[in-house]
Amino acid sequence: MPIQVLMPALSPTMEKGNLAKWLKKEGETIKSGDVIAEIETDKATMEVEATDEGTLGKILIPEGTADVAVNTPIATILADGESAADLAKAPAPAAKAAESAPPAAAKAEAPAPKAAPAPQAVAEPDPEVPAGTEMITQTIREALRDAMAEEMRRDADVFVMGEEVAEYQGAYKVTQGLLQEFGAKRVIDTPITEHGFAGVGVGAAMTGLKPIVEFMTFNFAMQAIDQIINSAAKTLYMSGGQMGCSIVFRGPNGAAARVAAQHSQDYSAWYSNVPGLKVVAPFSAADYKGLLKAAIRDPNPVIFLENEVLYGHTGEVPKLDDFIVPIGKARIVRSGSHVTIISWSNGMTYALKAADELAKDGIEAEVIDLRTLRPMDTETIINSVKKTGRAVTVEEGWAQSGVGAEIAARIMENAFDYLDAPVARVSGKDVPMPYAANLEKLALPSAAEVVEAAKAVCYR
Amino acid sequence: MAAPKKAAASTPQDKTDGGSPPEFTREQELKALRDMLLIRRFEEKAGQLYGMGAIGGFCHLYIGQEAVVVGMQMALKQGDQVITGYRDHGHMLATGMDANGVMAELTGRRGGYSKGKGGSMHMFSKEKHFYGGHGIVGAQVSLGTGLAFANHYRGNDNVSVTYFGDGAANQGQVYESFNMAELWKLPVIYVIENNRYAMGTAVSRASAQQDFSKRGASFNIPGKQVDGMDVRAVKAAGDEAAAWCRAGKGPFILEMQTYRYRGHSMSDPAKYRTREEVEKVRHDQDPIEQVRNRLLAAKVSEADLKAIDAEVRDIVNASADFAQHDPEPDAAELWTDVYR
Repeated sequence: MPIQVLMPALSPTMEKGNLAKWLKKEGETIKSGDVIAEIETDKATMEVEATDEGTLGKILIPEGTADVAVNTPIATILADGESAADLAKAPAPAAKAAESAPPAAAKAEAPAPKAAPAPQAVAEPDPEVPAGTEMITQTIREALRDAMAEEMRRDADVFVMGEEVAEYQGAYKVTQGLLQEFGAKRVIDTPITEHGFAGVGVGAAMTGLKPIVEFMTFNFAMQAIDQIINSAAKTLYMSGGQMGCSIVFRGPNGAAARVAAQHSQDYSAWYSNVPGLKVVAPFSAADYKGLLKAAIRDPNPVIFLENEVLYGHTGEVPKLDDFIVPIGKARIVRSGSHVTIISWSNGMTYALKAADELAKDGIEAEVIDLRTLRPMDTETIINSVKKTGRAVTVEEGWAQSGVGAEIAARIMENAFDYLDAPVARVSGKDVPMPYAANLEKLALPSAAEVVEAAKAVCYR
Repeated sequence: MAAPKKAAASTPQDKTDGGSPPEFTREQELKALRDMLLIRRFEEKAGQLYGMGAIGGFCHLYIGQEAVVVGMQMALKQGDQVITGYRDHGHMLATGMDANGVMAELTGRRGGYSKGKGGSMHMFSKEKHFYGGHGIVGAQVSLGTGLAFANHYRGNDNVSVTYFGDGAANQGQVYESFNMAELWKLPVIYVIENNRYAMGTAVSRASAQQDFSKRGASFNIPGKQVDGMDVRAVKAAGDEAAAWCRAGKGPFILEMQTYRYRGHSMSDPAKYRTREEVEKVRHDQDPIEQVRNRLLAAKVSEADLKAIDAEVRDIVNASADFAQHDPEPDAAELWTDVYR
């Protein structure tokens, strides 16, 4: 029985990839361990090694094919004694995916993101985009890269530093191509030394340079948090306004997929607690671009929280020479009159799915993408709650002292008389992130939980 | 656990290079005397004001260590940056910051360098290239390395002089910074002010390697032990280190062997060292007396020296007067300077 070779997953969350090249031809002998093909994802190019011996029977997916789903049969291998005639037989039931070389990350690299487009059920037009603007479709990863490249072209004081940002082209490929365009002076690979390079960045910023400091993940930025808070956030105040710090700390924040407790924490609440910092956590590709450009130009330290699961998501980005989204403005992405759902970053995924579900039951949810956590756009939240009388917050982080708790407090302070039900919070569960797939799913919020919370506050 | 070793009783200059440092000109001697006296009288006054309740919070005096910042400053040029930790009053005066502004910050008044919002440990002057004044032990080492990074990025020939103590020298980020500074050949002079006690912990009880000039050895950073009580030795070492940095050779470490006469802060119980030890250093090695004695030997008149004393006292008294009469910051200042 011929053995099927399946499209391999190069990381736990990869869903599809490009079959870049076949290195074996039909009829060639294959030994276990031979590299038979090259697969490209948006993160890297990987070699596919055969795990079975025999002859390459038939190539099912020709080279150059894009977006091949994981587990699609890409070739068949004939065992000894089998011939091309056997190919007609039903595929082996125990077909297994070829193994790939492990991703060559310097540090524990989180998996590649889902390639599916982000749910962008945008009912409301984006106020930052003039009507009739041409839109281009790009991934969030590309939007971030373009934002940095545009600002670096515009201002020679802007530079990028971090682990693997230059020669490796970014641990998550976000800085791809920047080294080639701007050179090693402005795209700087640092040693693995978060505390130290965060301090170096802040010191450089005190002289007027505008560093973009990339953390491979914000989980590693805990090593650097003293410099971020005690040096970057407080110096303007402590110096009576003399010495500020224009700096962006950016990188993936929160849960990725199956990377467990030490690589999955959401720091939204931590940083948004601190005066002196601005904290941005966008969801859509356009906001990623426009807000990163705004963050780089901002004269204050900005924490720019990205989400690794979203990096590969595509969205419409306005084709404008200088597209800026102002920091501190939330956006109503779906209007409704029955309940307000407030979220940001990947929490929006659950919020928007839930809004679709609720609509089927006749509940029209108004969905607010907060986009910036500090300064928080309280006005947009309050105006919506005054209209709907009900609110649900959605976050991947923990509930205690969380951003949802802060939103609930502001609603209570500013719109108490308008509330028809207590504010409900949907959040990450109060546990360190587990590894097992089922437990991880349980630990994160879900659209179903948002639906349930929304129905509860609507007394349905 | 073994009993902690007793503090080394050696005097600060025991391990430094033999031989006398290059002589100062009379002008240099007079300037060094005046600048060191200003720091000493200023700090004595700050101690008095603290005792009177006019200065709050923490107050760390620099008395005894004056030759370090004054000698280093004599080796610098316009544009070079200075950054240090919390024992920072001397550094600010040495860079030429105004005594009134420093003292008024200590008393928390609107005329202070930080409008009264920073206090003793957090003052800055862009004009004088003084980057603070940092209250987190060791944080200034990464920041100072960042100042040097900026010089390198801009391609100027400025040097970052990054001061820290024997205590801060045990912080992890110091070594992260050493690594990057040498890797990228950044122009930074790391001045380790070894005053022999990190708060109340003697160097011998906290440091496995007590020769701080060797602390950069595994990064290939050259280092030198310097008699930090002799302003001439400090300046000579500063000249050498600055030339090294300006030549693009990367960082340089100077261990300044010095001594703090007063407590760590105003609330120091002084149980960790003997009165005799302090008195011996004061008597044998006082940085100001060394210069004064050389000047007298060189036939400078007592009257000339008294004139310097008087000038310095006038500045300090005026600063104390200003700092006590300047109004507190306006209540509206609470909300300013959080963002710009």
